[in-house]
Amino acid sequence: MSDRLPPHTDPVPGPAERPPEPHVVHPSLFAVAAGLAVIGAVMLWDSARLSGAAGYSNVGPAMFPRIIGGVLIGLAVWTAISTLRRDFPDPHPSAKGPILWVLAGLTAQLLLLKVAGFSIATGLLFALTARGFGKRNLAVTIPLGIAMAFVIWAVFSQVLMLNLPAGPLERLFFGTTP
Amino acid sequence: MNSFDFLLQGLAAAAQPMLLLYAFIGVLLGTMVGVLPGIGPALTVALLLPVTYGLDPAGSLIMFAGIYYGGMYGGSTTSILLNTPGESASIITALEGNKMARNGRGGPALATAAIGSFIAGLIATLLLAFLAPHIVRLALVFGPREYFALMVLAFVTVSSAFGDSTLRGLTSLFLGLALGCIGIDQLTGQARLSFGLPDLLDGVDVTTLAVGMFAVGEALFVAGQHALDRDQVLPVKGSIWMSRRDWARSWKPWLRGTAIGFPIGAMPAGGAEIGTFLSYSAEKRLTKHPEEFGNGAIEGVAGPEAANNASAAGTLVPLLTLGLPTTATAAIMLAGFQQFGLQPGPLLFATNPTLVWSLIASLLIANLMLVVLNLPLIGLWVKLLTIPKPWLYAGILMFATLGTIGTNPSSFELGMLMGFGLIGYLMRMFHYPVAPIVVGLILGPMAEQQLRRALSISQGDWSVLVQSPVAAVLLTLAALGLIVPLVLRALGKGEVLQAVAADED
Repeated sequence: MSDRLPPHTDPVPGPAERPPEPHVVHPSLFAVAAGLAVIGAVMLWDSARLSGAAGYSNVGPAMFPRIIGGVLIGLAVWTAISTLRRDFPDPHPSAKGPILWVLAGLTAQLLLLKVAGFSIATGLLFALTARGFGKRNLAVTIPLGIAMAFVIWAVFSQVLMLNLPAGPLERLFFGTTP
Repeated sequence: MNSFDFLLQGLAAAAQPMLLLYAFIGVLLGTMVGVLPGIGPALTVALLLPVTYGLDPAGSLIMFAGIYYGGMYGGSTTSILLNTPGESASIITALEGNKMARNGRGGPALATAAIGSFIAGLIATLLLAFLAPHIVRLALVFGPREYFALMVLAFVTVSSAFGDSTLRGLTSLFLGLALGCIGIDQLTGQARLSFGLPDLLDGVDVTTLAVGMFAVGEALFVAGQHALDRDQVLPVKGSIWMSRRDWARSWKPWLRGTAIGFPIGAMPAGGAEIGTFLSYSAEKRLTKHPEEFGNGAIEGVAGPEAANNASAAGTLVPLLTLGLPTTATAAIMLAGFQQFGLQPGPLLFATNPTLVWSLIASLLIANLMLVVLNLPLIGLWVKLLTIPKPWLYAGILMFATLGTIGTNPSSFELGMLMGFGLIGYLMRMFHYPVAPIVVGLILGPMAEQQLRRALSISQGDWSVLVQSPVAAVLLTLAALGLIVPLVLRALGKGEVLQAVAADED
């Protein structure tokens, strides 16, 4: 059978890439299992306070969360066993720095959106993301990002009538009403 | 009236200048975004959803159809010229297509992909038009238990029947189902898993989840992997047209690919990529030039590309006739319908036939526009491919957050987007498939509602679920889909399933 299957020559981590064979037991996988168990437990805990109101069906609003919570805990156990038996493939290695830059960009946008308006907040997201991908010169990328975000704001809020928060920059060009 | 009359009416409605313009804009935007490396049709559709908010339902859905087909075309260009499949359904195209481009035959590879996609799209859309009324008639006799059984089958095929691990597929699915429980219970009005936060009462938005998973998660993953790598874009050398010999070698794979792809898309059987793998192995077996396979065989591009597009059109059969999304892309399209209060399904064919049929007709029009547009504009698409990663991903995140802010300008929603991005990143790190979580979120509440309705009718008797023959057969298929792969993998025969890994779209 297998000789008719296409060869995997894809050098990039594609979605159907064959996961590498596990060599050691990765502690991070136990964290995954624990996370799943916590989510399952939260679902069981939350469903316990729902009232029975089952009506004719004998199944109320708590049934589905209970089943899902139980299955998630089961999957957590399965994940832990699979890790111990080294059935679970090694996680991809990943650099921390770039990821923190991108997350910093998203956080900056989230915090500044209401205060500084769409353009400035999103411009910062642009610059910090580019920083995470290796474009270090923030003196160039921040103004560039703000300019691009401003054009996007103008097109989407003025032409396509999307409700995007305005800040000082937007009010400067389009008056006080967004 | 039969399908043909309806389709003609739809064509007449869709041929209004404004609607043609919407279709054109959709096709153009869809191809542009779909061409970008790392962006598949699911993300293309999710990112471009906000563009359609300001339009009327008909215009918006028609633009949407264009975006969907455009995104599918765009992906093939990326995989041929860059060897970075923008979507999992293009992986096979990358195998042979990229080799052809390396041998200086990029033009014919792009041409056979474009024309193959056109022919497959044409045949499959016509099949959709002629099949849909019959399935609608069948669906009208479906009760809650049949729907529930159908959804269970969809859960299994999306999460665990294919792919390399039942465990990881099911985990992704159940995370989606858990997210689906958040918010007000539809039948009793009680708040579930909202933790006292009013923002959670409406539940989790499918678009926020999809954009978080596919855009933010992917950006984080790529940033952590090889931020500074530059992919090499292959130049298109020589004629872009196919020779007589290329045509002779392409037309049969196009038709075979369509025949393989459409049924796979139309049944709730997982993503488009399964059809591409089957088509590839069929072509490899039937070819007169086996030595070329692996080194750039045109059949290996023509067949899978046709299968890919036929399968995409096939996915619309359960989506339009049953309201059942079976891929991540279809789940987002369903969200697109729902923003206008439209629920696809048998009723929509009865209550708003003009809309449904002009949508189907627009697919034909969009398909034609694509083949006209795709080859002449190849220079532009190549330029898009050379955008350096920092600008590309910074731009993707700008538009990803734009969509979320446009729907709901709250910091809470942006926080959820970021949270889903982190989950998406972790899922990629640990080899979890992403599509099941999206499908789980949208199908979970629907399945719950149908199950509880069925049990209400039976006054709590669970055996009704298997008393209807249709439901019993569907549930049996679902059970087989869960158990057989587990047994195969336990016997060390998981290779077959791994090769047809259903992921992403």
